[in-house]
Amino acid sequence: MTAQEVFTVLKAQFGDALTEEKISAAGGSAAVGYALQEWISIAPEKTKDICFFLRDDNEMQFDYLSCLSGVDYNNGKLGIVYHLFSMVHKHKLVLKTLCTKDHPHIQSVSEVWGTANWHEREVFDLFGITIDGHPDLRRILLPDDWVGNPLRKDYKVQEFYHGIKVPY
Amino acid sequence: MLQPPTLPTNYTIKPGHIKTSTGKTIRTEEMIVNMGPQHPSTHGVLRLEIVIDGEIVRECIPHIGYLHRCFEKHAEQMTNYQQVIPYTDRMDYCSAMTNEWGYALAVERMLKIEVPERVEYIRVIMAELQRIASHLIAVGTYGIDSGAFTPFLYTFIDREPILDLFEMTCGARLLYNYIWIGGLSHDLPPKFIEQAKEFCKYFRPRLKQFNDLLSYNEIFVKRTANVGVIPKDVAINYAISGPQLRGCGVDWDLRRDDPYSVYHKLDWQVQVGKGELGTSLGDCWNRHMVRMREMEQSLNIIEQALAGLPEGNVKAAIPKRIRPDKDAEIYVRTEGSRGELGYYIISDGTASPFRVKARGPAFVNLSVLPEIARGCMLADLVLIAGSIDIVLGEVDR
Amino acid sequence: MDIHSLLQAVQGFLTNEIVLAVILSSLPLIFVLIYVLFVLYTEMKLAGHIQDRVAYMRTGWHGVLQNIADMVKLLLKEDIVPDKADKLFFRLAPYVTFAGSYAAYAVLPFSSIYIGANINLGLFFLVASGSLVVIGILMAGWSSDNKWSMLGGVRSAAQMISYELPTSLAIVIIAMITGSLNLQEIVKFQDGGIQNWLVFGGSLPLQQKLFLLPFTIITFVIFLVSSNAEINRTPFDLPEAESELVQGYFTEYSGLRFAMFYLTEYTNLFTVFAVAVSMFLGGWSSPFGSFMSGPVWGIFWFVVKTYVMVVVQIWVRWTLPRVRVDQLMYVSWKVLTPWLLFCLFAVGFILVI
Repeated sequence: MTAQEVFTVLKAQFGDALTEEKISAAGGSAAVGYALQEWISIAPEKTKDICFFLRDDNEMQFDYLSCLSGVDYNNGKLGIVYHLFSMVHKHKLVLKTLCTKDHPHIQSVSEVWGTANWHEREVFDLFGITIDGHPDLRRILLPDDWVGNPLRKDYKVQEFYHGIKVPY
Repeated sequence: MLQPPTLPTNYTIKPGHIKTSTGKTIRTEEMIVNMGPQHPSTHGVLRLEIVIDGEIVRECIPHIGYLHRCFEKHAEQMTNYQQVIPYTDRMDYCSAMTNEWGYALAVERMLKIEVPERVEYIRVIMAELQRIASHLIAVGTYGIDSGAFTPFLYTFIDREPILDLFEMTCGARLLYNYIWIGGLSHDLPPKFIEQAKEFCKYFRPRLKQFNDLLSYNEIFVKRTANVGVIPKDVAINYAISGPQLRGCGVDWDLRRDDPYSVYHKLDWQVQVGKGELGTSLGDCWNRHMVRMREMEQSLNIIEQALAGLPEGNVKAAIPKRIRPDKDAEIYVRTEGSRGELGYYIISDGTASPFRVKARGPAFVNLSVLPEIARGCMLADLVLIAGSIDIVLGEVDR
Repeated sequence: MDIHSLLQAVQGFLTNEIVLAVILSSLPLIFVLIYVLFVLYTEMKLAGHIQDRVAYMRTGWHGVLQNIADMVKLLLKEDIVPDKADKLFFRLAPYVTFAGSYAAYAVLPFSSIYIGANINLGLFFLVASGSLVVIGILMAGWSSDNKWSMLGGVRSAAQMISYELPTSLAIVIIAMITGSLNLQEIVKFQDGGIQNWLVFGGSLPLQQKLFLLPFTIITFVIFLVSSNAEINRTPFDLPEAESELVQGYFTEYSGLRFAMFYLTEYTNLFTVFAVAVSMFLGGWSSPFGSFMSGPVWGIFWFVVKTYVMVVVQIWVRWTLPRVRVDQLMYVSWKVLTPWLLFCLFAVGFILVI
């Protein structure tokens, strides 16, 4: 299925949850290939429902979550990018969600794909986005008592950590 | 920093009771043991918090982050896309060539650069040599985990010719900075081809010797068979990739199924776990055998690539300025030694990347450990963690 | 004071019972200390060559002085007792273990004229002193304030106790054939050449021996396997599994106490194979019958035969992987013991008819 077809099906199903998309006008292929990616943006409160649909629907069956990355867009917005793949039909899809720095909440997809558990913890750790519905939300890469979210663009590293000087 | 054990909030230690013959009750409790960051066999600084009931593991909680160097922040602060290459080396330090290649491939696709064919062939040779070296570490340390000290030394002896080849080419044994965006840093030295051919001839019987010593040894088979079984649907749900996924019987290899470079021109087979000798698909033994057989296939690839190596200039396509379009973003995945190594790069039109996300296969493969470790014995846990083949540099980045 | 009365005084002193006993009983200690130097060197060099590397080249010619350097280093190390450890047992454990292991040397027949204590219950005493080693290991594992040590100690106790059963059954079979538990008697039974060795049936009439042959060989092999497990060597070295428990029950030990545990491991090694040699391979008797036999040759044969078995064990150690705990128990209770019971009945049957 191409990204345009996926978009049509999703729009029919979820309507207003899809906020934006960048799909090439020539109907670029979402199948296995080289293309610079096309993406579909979804609302942060509906990620789990959309992802359940994408995983379970017979024609799409996106059962493999390749990558879940957090992004700081440097305009007051944070986001998560999901790279989905289907082992059955061998097509790819990219989803994006956005949230603001004042209200950084995104729904968890860890029930849909087990691998999202650790990826979302990493996003929480490095970006500070609270993942609603995550079974075990705590820092994964940094120590539990670290202050700040390093991958944000406005991150200021702390001076001291337990008496150790951090910037050198 | 030292932290007290932290269990996820939905786990409580379960006390039990045993009634003795005199009618008294003895209270039993599960024990929390810590296989701490420093340990002979956790393959790096990994902390496993294990809740055990006698010898049976009830829960295993990995704590990572002891080697976190925030590669992604460093990548954003580089002034040039080429400068990120040494940082990618240091993520999975046992398999540096494949790391560099993944990143270089991503940027090349973003800029739509076509590299000369000689560069592609050399990259394939280097990546496959690196795959053999990385798998040798994996199976050698797996031997130590199960108590056989000798195979470890044999594998390290076998690694020496590979590292000599690398040193001859780019000067470094472990972290190379060799595969650049658009080409390579050095061309192959004159003696490389014959030395590589000699290595291939030397290594094949060593593989057979290793198999006879460890892989088909009855004690080893008994210890690794049916241990740490990952069912196929769990594996795909947890986005497992690489030899671990192929050990579950899933026929998936990115070199063939999401092809890049010249792999489609060479004749090689994807090795999938077959569940022979009474083992079940997805257990430790099958993963181990997938790695052993992959090494043999890598030898085939190397021999064919050496035979078909074209002439050319390896630096012809290296761009002077790397400035992708604004809002160009790409996710490229390659088959690293441990699985699907993915790089998601976003550019904002300047000379330094806006966001580089490295999807490390070891990070994702390790997340399945709590699921498969429940109910196994303590001695098995070490073997399961060893068969996942983690390198903490990639887990923590 | 002239020379004559001086010599007489010295002679009287030396032939005094107590002094004589002390001197003769410390001879095995001297032997053990010298033997440990040899076996450590052998083990490390053999391990190196099996692993395709040379080991120990720098201290002395090809590393012969390495063990002395190791011993000196261990003696000079800091003596650490963990804060929360049970101090009395922590300090006592190495010595209890060594005492249990060394007590066995009293009944080993080094030669036809030298045996520390020629007691009629020699083999029984050996098994009993092996149990003392178990107590020492449990003390060590429990008293270090370390969950991993405790796990190692408990595993080791379970392992040694369950492997005492095949060992004792093998001893019973030998006792049935030779009619005595006295090790000196058993070796005398095998005197006269290689065909009289108990592994080939002992000095019995040829017909009986042919029937006994398969069972004694099985007994010998099972005895070797279970004695490997008794001394915690790979493939049965779970209690000291380096990959899991760092050093197992002696993780927290350093310095002289660690040296005692290390020493215990190698004295145990010798003991167990000395017993195997005495019971099955003819002890101090020469394999050629009367050629090269005599009291002093006895010591030579005894040491050489045991040393060959030790070298074979080291070879096995560096080749095979480790067996898991439940598989270990399975092997002992469900494989070795039934086979030995079968051999016991068969041997008894053959001896009767």
